[in-house]
Amino acid sequence: MRHHLILRVITKLLVGTIFLFALYVQFHGDYSPGGGFQAGVIMAVGFIIYGIVFTLEKVKAVFPPWLVHKVVALGVLIYAGTGIYSLFYGYGYLDYAAIDPHHPVHGQHLGILIVELGVGVTVTGVMVAVYYAFAARAPSLSDEDW
Amino acid sequence: MLVITALAVVRTRSLFAVVTLSGVFSLLSALLFVTLDAVDVAFTEAAVGAGISTVLMLGTLALTSRSERSEKKTQIVPLLTVVVAGAAMVYGTLDMPNFGSPDAPAQTHVGPEYFERIPKEIDVPNAVTAILASYRGFDTLGETAVVFTAGIGVLMLMSGLGRRRKEDEDDPDQEGGST
Repeated sequence: MRHHLILRVITKLLVGTIFLFALYVQFHGDYSPGGGFQAGVIMAVGFIIYGIVFTLEKVKAVFPPWLVHKVVALGVLIYAGTGIYSLFYGYGYLDYAAIDPHHPVHGQHLGILIVELGVGVTVTGVMVAVYYAFAARAPSLSDEDW
Repeated sequence: MLVITALAVVRTRSLFAVVTLSGVFSLLSALLFVTLDAVDVAFTEAAVGAGISTVLMLGTLALTSRSERSEKKTQIVPLLTVVVAGAAMVYGTLDMPNFGSPDAPAQTHVGPEYFERIPKEIDVPNAVTAILASYRGFDTLGETAVVFTAGIGVLMLMSGLGRRRKEDEDDPDQEGGST
């Protein structure tokens, strides 16, 4: 899409906003609609739109596939690790009170935040990985084909 | 409007239009969820259904042909199945409580208990997040694992398989349980 000047400029403007919105949805999920799943998808959309308008190579330079694969596993590890952490402190699995034993409600806040981060990270990774897997196989269509 | 879009999806032969229309369908159902006060679900539907899956469908479309093969013979059995299943679902909705009814199970079952406990125990304004991540933490862990597994599966199917098969031909002993 080399000659689509408007698309390229608008995308450059939008990508930052999309990432910012994803982070807002991620960390404001306690107070407003949204959470890890939605934020992960929006984050992935940022990468995907960059990959569509610019080339796949460009976005792979920003977010290389090996890192994507690590990130996919990292999210689940964050989530499960939170549960293990609470086990070590003598609480039940995924009992967030373990994070701040003196103030269980704060512990719940932090726990939800961390767990949602894990969800978001995994979803971002999976969506971007799936996009890479599809886009890497696609023959590069010329714009006239659409 | 949902019905019209669904009919258009069925009738259209150009797959590009079908993909776009299913995006429209997702967006409309997101609006429906907003009407039902399920904002979190609507958010997900709009982001996943209308956004990501449309893009992925277009990606798939680039790999296959652009238009549907036309079927000449009328398919009476699928039509019958759809009609019967649809009628069963409509019959099922007859038992559902009216829209916004205070006696609905959602209002009377465990809902009030959660709304009573959340301000004391978790103190998070968004009850959906509180239930999802704290009371139902195990479920959400399972969901994350499902997303993880699905992603790994797609990766193995789409990218790794051809290469691995070639490696296996070179030395068949390589196949272990590590995958």
